[in-house]
Amino acid sequence: MGGFPILSVLLLVPMAGAIACLFSPANTARQIALAATLINFALSIMLWAQFDIGGPQWQFTERAEVFAGFSYALGIDGIALLLIVLSTFLMPICILASQSIEKRVGEYMAAFLFMETLMIGVFAAQDIFLFYIMFEAGLIPMYLIIGVWGGADRIYASYKFFLYTLLGSVLMLIAMLWMVNEAGTTDIPTLMAYDFPAGAQTWLWLAFFASFAVKMPMWPVHTWLPDAHVQAPTAGSVILAGVLLKMGGYGFIRFSLPMFPEASAQFAWLVYALSMIAVVATSLIALVQHDMKKLIAYSSVAHMAIVTVGLFAFNVQGLEGGMMVMLGHGLVSGALFLCVGVIYDRLHTREIERYGGLSINMPHYALFFMLFTMASVGLPGTSNFVGEFLALAGIYQVSTWVTLVCTTGIILGAAYMLYLYARVAFGVQKHPDAAAMPDLNVREYVMLAPLAAAVLWMGVYPESFLAPMRADIRALEARLARAAPEGDSHLTAGRPAAAAAAAAAHEGEH
Amino acid sequence: MDSVASLQLVIPEIVLSLAGLALLLVAAWAGDKASRAISVAACVALGAAFFLVAPSVCAGAAGPDTSAFFGQFRADAFAGFAKLMIFAASGAVLVIAPTYFERLGAMRAEFPVLVLFAALGMSVMVSATDLMTLYIGLELNSLSAYVLAAFLRSDSRSAEAGLKYFVLGALASGILLFGMSLTYGFAGTTSFAGIRASLDGGLSMGALFGLVFVLAGLAFKISAVPFHMWTPDVYEGAPTPVTAFFASAPKVAALALTARVSLDAFGTEVDAWRQIVIFAALASIVVGALGAIGQSNIKRLLAYSSINNVGFILIGLACATQAGASAMLVYLAIYVAMTIGSFVAVLMLKDENGAPLEAISDLAGLSRTRPALAWALMALMFSLAGIPPLFGFWGKFVVFQAAVEADLIVLAAIGIAASVIGAFYYIKIVKVMFFDEPAGTAHGKSDWAHWVLLAICAAAVSPLGYLLNQVLGSLADGAAATLFLTA
Repeated sequence: MGGFPILSVLLLVPMAGAIACLFSPANTARQIALAATLINFALSIMLWAQFDIGGPQWQFTERAEVFAGFSYALGIDGIALLLIVLSTFLMPICILASQSIEKRVGEYMAAFLFMETLMIGVFAAQDIFLFYIMFEAGLIPMYLIIGVWGGADRIYASYKFFLYTLLGSVLMLIAMLWMVNEAGTTDIPTLMAYDFPAGAQTWLWLAFFASFAVKMPMWPVHTWLPDAHVQAPTAGSVILAGVLLKMGGYGFIRFSLPMFPEASAQFAWLVYALSMIAVVATSLIALVQHDMKKLIAYSSVAHMAIVTVGLFAFNVQGLEGGMMVMLGHGLVSGALFLCVGVIYDRLHTREIERYGGLSINMPHYALFFMLFTMASVGLPGTSNFVGEFLALAGIYQVSTWVTLVCTTGIILGAAYMLYLYARVAFGVQKHPDAAAMPDLNVREYVMLAPLAAAVLWMGVYPESFLAPMRADIRALEARLARAAPEGDSHLTAGRPAAAAAAAAAHEGEH
Repeated sequence: MDSVASLQLVIPEIVLSLAGLALLLVAAWAGDKASRAISVAACVALGAAFFLVAPSVCAGAAGPDTSAFFGQFRADAFAGFAKLMIFAASGAVLVIAPTYFERLGAMRAEFPVLVLFAALGMSVMVSATDLMTLYIGLELNSLSAYVLAAFLRSDSRSAEAGLKYFVLGALASGILLFGMSLTYGFAGTTSFAGIRASLDGGLSMGALFGLVFVLAGLAFKISAVPFHMWTPDVYEGAPTPVTAFFASAPKVAALALTARVSLDAFGTEVDAWRQIVIFAALASIVVGALGAIGQSNIKRLLAYSSINNVGFILIGLACATQAGASAMLVYLAIYVAMTIGSFVAVLMLKDENGAPLEAISDLAGLSRTRPALAWALMALMFSLAGIPPLFGFWGKFVVFQAAVEADLIVLAAIGIAASVIGAFYYIKIVKVMFFDEPAGTAHGKSDWAHWVLLAICAAAVSPLGYLLNQVLGSLADGAAATLFLTA
């Protein structure tokens, strides 16, 4: 893979930036953070460009035995590549969105840069304990971001976030210790191919599920998410929705499914049931929210439920769809939180009632907001359509009933998002202060325009994103094939026979 | 085994006792004005003992060559590893103590001498392979500790702490002696090897009672639940440097001693003591975590935290395997760094008159008034909570790994789930320091010695600590192996 340890550099740049920010005055810290995240974004684009599609499954591997008990092993496949690119893409935008932060800027930027290191570390780790360390360590900066720079109720939200996710994760550590003891290796690729006894898989799967379900979050352990989202500063919400939630889905793809195929099949009903409840219940809850951030937070839970049913469909469409929803949702929910942040910076309230008719005085803002609303609804041509369609097509092969229930999520999603948009952007300008808000400034353009471009790109030409992970999804499907549940839809291919017969007849004439 | 060879094995102890006696004379002649010089000399003696012990740890000294005085004393790598921690912690206490006592005008020349004798007692404890040696070491340490707890004679809290510690400590010593006498009565010998050999055929009811009482006495010394009641009161009342001492070195000594008694003397009766240890471990974790939640004094909070940590270390003991013993040592080493660091940080909290602050509410907004201190304390708190990437996580990791390898999965699962309760009050400290508005009570500068110690401890618990884990792990493995060679 060449001599340049690009993954280590990706980890190191934000880390160095974080340390520099700690000791810098506010404006310098902002510049350092922006520079570090942009360098990282450039590096990850390089990573994407150099990624050899169709090459070996694990690329850019690095390994150093500097620790006892676990090794510093990095490497990515297509799935991890895309999630790393998503993280590094969102980070500079988050830094730009944080210009309104005035309090303790150096520490704030340091926390974000440290967070970036850990996010990349989670996706790049090839050692199960290195993964755990990165996965858990993310709690510390996020706890500080919510607690120090959050809203009025930030302390409750930060405690809830920290303890909820910690309790979810600790049992996973015991499961990991057991697995390593059983398999004799901490290497994730080796563990992915190791066949654990079916009886043990049940317990291991549940331990991992506790962690990833909380992180994802799945109903009914999602309650930390609305609190955390509402209280976190805008950029914190973007990272939380854009990347941290994806760690749960990544965990399912990387650990639960390939390592415990039998248990995954055994518990698929549980995942379906929770996902179906989540889609319907949280969509309905979102419909009655008065707080914009809370509404988007509940919509995240509903979208993540589509991800889980897609992943547990055990087929290529479902897995690809789950991944595409994750990527699309990372962009769209991040963008929606930014949109909320834009008007929050002006009016300092998230109450939907306090706005109205913004399309009159903020037409450009209304345009962007419209695009992201449509993307969240899953309009064809936007990123989420591709993912949701694939995920639902995947689950249809397994269970038509689950598909039926989950599809209502799209209708309900349209309901609450369009209702939100109508109340904020359309109608009369009820409040003079909201009517006096200026339109987007240059900085906000720079934040939203790349997101809009990416959302459209993913919707119009998803192949760019599907291609790097295709081989990995196929490998995963092959691994799962032995446990895949039999579907109830009994799909039969169309009737190519007639054409073939016609061709044969045609042949026969000569 | 000739006496010359025996004497060679106890050179570190001889250095400590001669230094202690000589410094006691100096203290008597020169009086309190020489107390700083005596502290320095005591530190030098501890340093000398440290470097005398170090080679045996690095070499993994084991076997009959390490046994002195006809099997009463064993200077193997396990004892050596514990001694290194004890000497380092004692030295750190000597560094931080003078500033604290001098402000109160209470610095006495006896303080460093008492710490030296306590360290000597602990050194004997961890090397004991005979119930007699065990008791001598334990009492030498305890008697010094009682005086140290009451060192601020004019302060009623300190006097109360000393008295409480003495009364309860004497009771625990009585329980321990009772257990020892029962064990002696049923085994017919006081040497660990002899006890092991005579119990091999099976445990009689009397010997079982002896075992239970011995463990109860030792549980008091390590402040494991249900023998933990004294800990918060003594920790709160004792002068802060002394509390730092109690929370670090004697814990190491008593836990190492407990490990040797359990794994060596009663090593064939694992099933008999494992359930006791498992109960004590889980009860300590839960009580330590729940008890800490309501505390408003940081020293009391750290007392409960030490009870909580002892619980995790006992999980390593419950494994009764070499990996478990090694995990105990690794955990102890990290625990000593975290504890000393936390108490140094507490000592650095002063109001504008230089008076020490102990209330948790005084920490409010510390991240803005004294950011470096706040960041170091935050690292220590997250480390104590066992959150990666801080090094405190590694201690819990090795302990739970040993438990999983020993097939104690349920114990590991309950223990780790209970650790989340503990995380609550550690992050509460972080919340007070970082989220709350400054209370405006913490002021002042701290001297460089405190900063150096705090920097060392903070660096050790920071992710940089993982670079040490190879060395730490191999030394601990070597040390733990010697414990099982005697089997």
